[in-house]
Amino acid sequence: MQDLTFTTMIAVFEEIFGRSLFWLMVAAAIVVTGLYLYVLVRDRAVSWRKFLWAQVSMPFGAVAAVLFVQKVTSSGFRDIGGPIDVIVLLAVAAMGAVGAAILVYTAQSLMRGRAEKV
Amino acid sequence: MMRSAERGFPALLRFQKGGDFRMAEFHSTRRGFIGLGAAGALALGLGGGAQAARLTTTARIVIIGAGAAGTTLANRLVERLDGATITVIDPRREHLYQPGLSLVAAGLKPANYVVSQTTDWLPSGITLIREKAAAIDPLAKTVSTESGQRLDYDFLVVAPGLVLDHAAIEGFSPDMVGQHGIGALYAGPDHAAKTWEAAHTFSEEGGIGLFTRPATEMKCAGAPLKHTFLIDDIASRGGAKGKYEVHYACPQQVLFSVPIVSEKIRMLFGERRIATHFGQTLTAIDHGAKRATFATVTTDPATGQAVNSTTEMDYDYLHVIPPQRAPDVIRQSGLSWTDKWSDQGWVECDMKTLRHLRYPEIFALGDVAGVPKGKTAASVKWQVPVVEDHLIAAIGGRDGTAVYDGYTSCPMITRVGRAMLVEFDYHNNLVPSFPGLIAPLEELWISWLMKEVALKATYNAMLRGKA
Repeated sequence: MQDLTFTTMIAVFEEIFGRSLFWLMVAAAIVVTGLYLYVLVRDRAVSWRKFLWAQVSMPFGAVAAVLFVQKVTSSGFRDIGGPIDVIVLLAVAAMGAVGAAILVYTAQSLMRGRAEKV
Repeated sequence: MMRSAERGFPALLRFQKGGDFRMAEFHSTRRGFIGLGAAGALALGLGGGAQAARLTTTARIVIIGAGAAGTTLANRLVERLDGATITVIDPRREHLYQPGLSLVAAGLKPANYVVSQTTDWLPSGITLIREKAAAIDPLAKTVSTESGQRLDYDFLVVAPGLVLDHAAIEGFSPDMVGQHGIGALYAGPDHAAKTWEAAHTFSEEGGIGLFTRPATEMKCAGAPLKHTFLIDDIASRGGAKGKYEVHYACPQQVLFSVPIVSEKIRMLFGERRIATHFGQTLTAIDHGAKRATFATVTTDPATGQAVNSTTEMDYDYLHVIPPQRAPDVIRQSGLSWTDKWSDQGWVECDMKTLRHLRYPEIFALGDVAGVPKGKTAASVKWQVPVVEDHLIAAIGGRDGTAVYDGYTSCPMITRVGRAMLVEFDYHNNLVPSFPGLIAPLEELWISWLMKEVALKATYNAMLRGKA
């Protein structure tokens, strides 16, 4: 890479997903994160019951994210070739886990309304 | 898969006299489309990087070729110049993402993965002439098209790509690809897809796979190796498992021009039991008998002199890469080197500035440039800013300072799912982009991910002048 600037990265991501899908995904991530913050502020507490379910969803999110990446790139676990590959794999899994947890927590909070007292 | 967002941009083309048309308002339409996203980015304080100051000029700039190099340069020049007349000459309606051909020829992507429209990428404010350049007069500073249209230029950038000399291989023609066990992925997207048909049969039925490369300079010298690696890998997992052999025959005495990379590939070939035959130039095919004929050069052990002979090899699958040369218009206009590559005709230019050595107002870009390395899109990415710098400096009456040091890169796919991210320069030094993070000579999944996911995106961003 010659100039790996932030603008270049944005341009590359726009090309990977297509402009509309990329910004839609950015918007979705912002919306979900915003809603997450909203329910935290609204409830003024973390509901540990909801958080438990969010945690339960994490391994599924992790596995789904890894399988999704492998599927779209015609590759598999046998292709892990070095430490950086393990790091990438774990990073993909971590993103899937955190994403699933935030999504599940927020969805529960929105559907069930105000949290019961902790 | 081509993203619909790219395809969907309505290019509002206004036809002008002589069949040319101007790319009117295309850019603004695209801007409108991304306006929301861009506004979001700006709101987050992520807006564009520093822009170089624009230069006002009446210079007439002609670019021959709307491939990777010509398109990228055109997009960058319109951002830098006000008032310049920029004309791009290219008859091809389809733009090809050529780095994707290896994936198409291994059944990993469909043929349309590499195809878009030339007009998808060109900026507004330039003129596209959909014709072949027929003649260049570097003394009168004119370019003539095949319909006889004559264009005067102040600066000329030649980026027409190269031509595949299929006729140089006796008994071969591109319509054979996909039949008789013959593949030729360079010939275009449809041929790459047909190459996969032949290679797929081999990967299921087995036999002898024979992979070649030409004696001339060529686009992406890694591609013949990638195809060998990929088909070997697919065969090792397919029906041919245990009943096939792979042979790699090349005119050179090494597997890759960069010694350290060549040694690594030699080791990988050894592990994979891929037999190597050096000094073999494919000259003829007997498709009925499935037999290839090579001009063979060996060294006499007693005298040390080169001995010429011919060798015949049988095959069940043969991958043909024909000799590659500069287009006739370059060779007939006296722009080529006269003392080297005389059978190929690459443009005589300074290897660091890409400026013609005899005609300073002419630059060469991409495949046609007569420089030791760099017939790849990655080279184009690094060459274009150098030509842009010298061109704009020349318009402003100054000397440019940017230097191209031969950078090129090759995500050397070694199997489906792994690649080595090989990057090097004129000096055969490895110049890794991510030192300490992504080892250049290690077969890695991340390097494969880059080729699969990020490379086309980076290429497209480059075409738009943004990477």
